[in-house]
Amino acid sequence: MSQTDLYTLAGAALFIIGLYGLMTRPHLLHKVLALNISSAGVFFVLVGIARRVPGTTPDPLPHAMVLTGIVVTVSSTAFALALAKRIYSETGIAALDASDVDAEENAGG
Amino acid sequence: MAEWIMRQLPALIILVPFTAAPLAYLLGTRFGRPVGFISALLSQPLAVLLAITVMREGTLRYEVGGWGGPLGIDLVADGLTATMVLVTTVVGLFVTIYALGYFGDRERYRFFWPLWLFLWGSLLALFFSGDIFNLYVCLELVSMSAVALVGLTLRREALVAAMRYMLAAILGSLFYLFGVALIYGAFGSVDMQTLREIVRADTTAQAALALMTVGLVLKTALFPLHFWLPPAHSNAPSPVSAVLSALVVKGSFYILVRLWVDVAQPMAFPGVSTVLGILGATAIIWGSLQAFRQERLKMLVAYSTVAQIGYLFLMFPLVTGGGQAATDAWMGGIFHAVSHALAKSAMFLAAGLVLARFGHDRIDGLAGLSRRAPMTAMAFGLAGVTMMGLPPSGGFVAKWLLIRASIEAGQWWWAVIVVTGGLLAAAYVFRVVGPFFSREPEGIDDLDLDPGRSPWAMEGATLALAIGALLLGVLGQPLLDLIMVSAPALVAGVTP
Repeated sequence: MSQTDLYTLAGAALFIIGLYGLMTRPHLLHKVLALNISSAGVFFVLVGIARRVPGTTPDPLPHAMVLTGIVVTVSSTAFALALAKRIYSETGIAALDASDVDAEENAGG
Repeated sequence: MAEWIMRQLPALIILVPFTAAPLAYLLGTRFGRPVGFISALLSQPLAVLLAITVMREGTLRYEVGGWGGPLGIDLVADGLTATMVLVTTVVGLFVTIYALGYFGDRERYRFFWPLWLFLWGSLLALFFSGDIFNLYVCLELVSMSAVALVGLTLRREALVAAMRYMLAAILGSLFYLFGVALIYGAFGSVDMQTLREIVRADTTAQAALALMTVGLVLKTALFPLHFWLPPAHSNAPSPVSAVLSALVVKGSFYILVRLWVDVAQPMAFPGVSTVLGILGATAIIWGSLQAFRQERLKMLVAYSTVAQIGYLFLMFPLVTGGGQAATDAWMGGIFHAVSHALAKSAMFLAAGLVLARFGHDRIDGLAGLSRRAPMTAMAFGLAGVTMMGLPPSGGFVAKWLLIRASIEAGQWWWAVIVVTGGLLAAAYVFRVVGPFFSREPEGIDDLDLDPGRSPWAMEGATLALAIGALLLGVLGQPLLDLIMVSAPALVAGVTP
């Protein structure tokens, strides 16, 4: 197994962990963080791909893509957090579904 | 000067809304409106010019900043790009005229203009993208501005709908980006023109295509990944609902078409296009039934979008065999995207006028609209004709092409779905239009429009879109020709 394959598999694992968190955690903050973990997984894959031809200089293009991806993720995370905060102040619950009463308790933990 | 404009056309088209957006933000509410209107007006001749140029000269390629690939960003415009740019620009103009009256100069909606212009520019940039990574960036730009617009009113339901939409949108983009990473890893390029020549079917490539498809299907809200669409589209302010249903879902659909029919075609599993078709068929039936069951007008129109998105996906199983069937399916699918854009924006704008006039949008309380607001009732009815696919509407042409394609391809069952979907659309459209023309009950106060708004311009813009959808059926031939300019080999009549 090459180094790139290892990175790709690790990235895929991170992506799936994030996906699982997004689907199972009702609290909005957890959902936003889960998406961040998923995006870290994708960036991992991209960083690893830069080394796909062994023994040569790493390809700079995937790194440029990761940089762009980080800019996009930082902005969307900031926006998602602002939206979550606004929802909490309007409804008192930081969850999509008001029936997720546990979410409020999760807020502390 | 004229020659300079022609050469810079792809960049100019995108720069108009992208320049207007920060201007509208900096200048505030009072000047945001004229900035938006001027930007919408300026865009019109440019989009028409692009369509004419592409029709005459074929595909245009523009190197941003003169850098060129693989480091620079290339803008590419073929017939499909020109078509999508044209429909975005035309729908954009009428939504802008409507929004001038709808939002007025109320301070609390001051962010509408910068966000809407930003969304407009992002959509255009997406249609011009020549590489799959730039498509990712544009997808995110579109999503961010669309989510912000959904939450514009800061109402509780709107905020929650915006959050749900945002989580789905980001997840969809990540799936897509994962696929882009794998493609780059396998083939060393993200440029679509290069990829078209070098992609081949191997495990990595197919995994990449699968990831990208899942992400884009989520963003296009294809059944069963449509859960975020009805709350987001129905809770947004009406001009925003119109843009979301008419244009934004078409953005991710456009990328799916680029991948499946063109770039990644050689590495596609044959079975998956059938799965996409089956999901589309389910969306048509299920979305229409849900639309019929809704009690609120905007929810009905939103579920109608879920159903109409289904038709777009019937294209995929029908193009795989090539030949005349592929040509008809290609034209039918794209034409459906265009006529649905016009008709659905008219429906949502009409629903906004209904809300303003009645103060609610409960369907059982809409009796007598045809007397109180004849233009609004007529616009909704005419848009309904396109939804049902009755002649001479644009919806009729699109459905007819899809039916013809399914018979030519020997897959008649899709034709049955198209016809059934039309009947179901008739059911939910008449459920709304019926009460419009009935006598209103006695003793209801006439909640009239805010005198500060200009209902005639809003009604005019709504009616214009509905009539446009209808006229497409009669005057659609030039558009069909444009859709075929530099079309992918698979659908251009070249037998594979």
